[in-house]
Amino acid sequence: MGARLEIYGGTDRLGNKEPVEQISLKAGDSLAVVGPTGSGKSELLADIEQLADGDTPSRRTVRLLINDSAPDARVRASSVVATLSQRTNFIMDITVQGFVDMHAASLQKASGAWAGEVVSLANTLCGEPMRENSLLQRLSGGQTRALMIADIALMSDAPAVLIDEVENAGIDKYQALSVLRGHGKITVMATHDPMLMLSSPFRLVMSEGGMRSLLSVSLEEKKCRATLSALDAKLLYARELLRKGGTVQEGYFA
Amino acid sequence: MKAVIVAGPPSSGKTAVVVHMTRQLLAAGERTAAVKFDTQSSAYPDLYRERLGIPALGGMSGYLCPDHYFISNMEEALAWGRSIRVRWLFIETAGLCLRCAPHIEGVPAVTVVDCLGGVQAPAKMGPLLTLADIVLLTKGDLVSQAEREVIAFGVRSVNPAAAQYPVNGLVGTGALGALRAIRALDDVASFEGRKLRHDMPAAICSYCTGERRIGRRFQAGSVEKLYVPEAGGKGANGGSAA
Ligand SMILES: Nc1nc2c(ncn2[C@@H]2O[C@H](COP(=O)(O)OP(=O)(O)OP(=O)(O)O)[C@@H](O)[C@H]2O)c(=O)[nH]1
Ligand SMILES: Nc1ncnc2c1ncn2[C@@H]1O[C@H](COP(=O)(O)OP(=O)(O)O)[C@@H](O)[C@H]1O
Ligand SMILES: [Mg+2]
Ligand SMILES: [Mg+2]
Repeated sequence: MGARLEIYGGTDRLGNKEPVEQISLKAGDSLAVVGPTGSGKSELLADIEQLADGDTPSRRTVRLLINDSAPDARVRASSVVATLSQRTNFIMDITVQGFVDMHAASLQKASGAWAGEVVSLANTLCGEPMRENSLLQRLSGGQTRALMIADIALMSDAPAVLIDEVENAGIDKYQALSVLRGHGKITVMATHDPMLMLSSPFRLVMSEGGMRSLLSVSLEEKKCRATLSALDAKLLYARELLRKGGTVQEGYFA
Repeated sequence: MKAVIVAGPPSSGKTAVVVHMTRQLLAAGERTAAVKFDTQSSAYPDLYRERLGIPALGGMSGYLCPDHYFISNMEEALAWGRSIRVRWLFIETAGLCLRCAPHIEGVPAVTVVDCLGGVQAPAKMGPLLTLADIVLLTKGDLVSQAEREVIAFGVRSVNPAAAQYPVNGLVGTGALGALRAIRALDDVASFEGRKLRHDMPAAICSYCTGERRIGRRFQAGSVEKLYVPEAGGKGANGGSAA
């Protein structure tokens, strides 16, 4: 997919020019958007979602190019930027298979073949496996998120994915990010999770509604990521153990 | 003046999207007003006055067919807008029975589709949806990307010519794109002599004129009966309209 996302800086909440003037992301890139609550993360995602043209409060301009040209407004509707937030839910009462088939049909993709693939990918993201004949409305929160991400990665034509603070969803979020990137999506993600911040090659720091600085993950930080990842694995292990009714021993966490 | 008809099922988010578009317009210094047509109490224009401080009128159809009431009052609404010298006039109307549509030839026609209505909704909305210039998909924040795409496909299937815009009625994301598209449509000087895009059903039976009692005795005019197959016969599980 030859997609490119370009963000041109505007003004912060106080009306001052944003220090970051331009960000350019290509297929498979990901950008972590970080900053305290109220710093402007969601506003930036909204600017991207509606491809701002100097006409939002931030005066930013966002361009999404597919093979070097802007997508037609008519196909733009729901198919250029995919979004995922904590509020997103399935409303259909149907099996996973039926759901995927219906999505495939709407994208004029051959039905039948996709459900198996989507389900196996989803099952790599979530500890509790689902089946093709599982009912959407019976899926756990984690399974639901996992299915949404697998479906976006494999099925959706949208070249860019926006994720707003989907941290505690009970899925392997690092794996989710790498799945999206691996399928050529441009992923922009507002997050408070340190591991997720370090899992993205680029990190955008927000404050006062403005894009303050753009950082790349340094070598030093890559080392820290490994350390944090080990800690995170322990946390995950403890969680699973305790959830299954087990007990934890001090030695393991030393 | 730019008059824009905004139609859609009850509670689909019509007011919400108009509020967000109006905020943009007010910020740009463009005077805006709103008219709300409805059957019952929800014809309150207060929402517009309170949230935006803009002039607003409400029209309640009461026992009249709301679509008939709507279309009989179009010129009055437009004249009011002109008299208060606004640049934009949003005319909000609930979609009601879905048998007809309030859209008028040459007048910007916006229809709101609620994503919570489900993936079949576009196929059920009839002329209200098929005759719109611009379709706004609300409440997409609450459903999955896949369902949004399926609904967008459903809309495209019944109205391929319409431009579709997802709008989040709560926070206003997407209202800008919608407004850009509406700006590009024609201004309207007068409704006189213009045509509805779809015919409206006539008042054809006794119930249209206030009858409330049930039974064949009270039914007059053009009355059609449900087809009920004989017990045990083929198709006993479902009738269809005769
Ligand atoms: N989550 C979410 N809620 C929405 C959205 N749009 C509208 N709502 C909510 O839906 C409810 C109905 O919205 P209204 O704008 O009053 O709908 P309406 O079509 O004008 O309703 P009537 O005029 O009464 O027919 C309100 O509680 C809105 O806040 C949206 O995009 N997302
Ligand atoms: N560049 C900007 N210009 C004007 N207002 C902004 C800007 N960025 C953010 N805001 C406003 O500041 C508030 C907080 O921003 P938000 O994006 O919700 O923060 P976060 O998601 O980081 O918690 C919102 O009301 C938003 O509209
Ligand atoms: Mg936020
Ligand atoms: Mg309303």
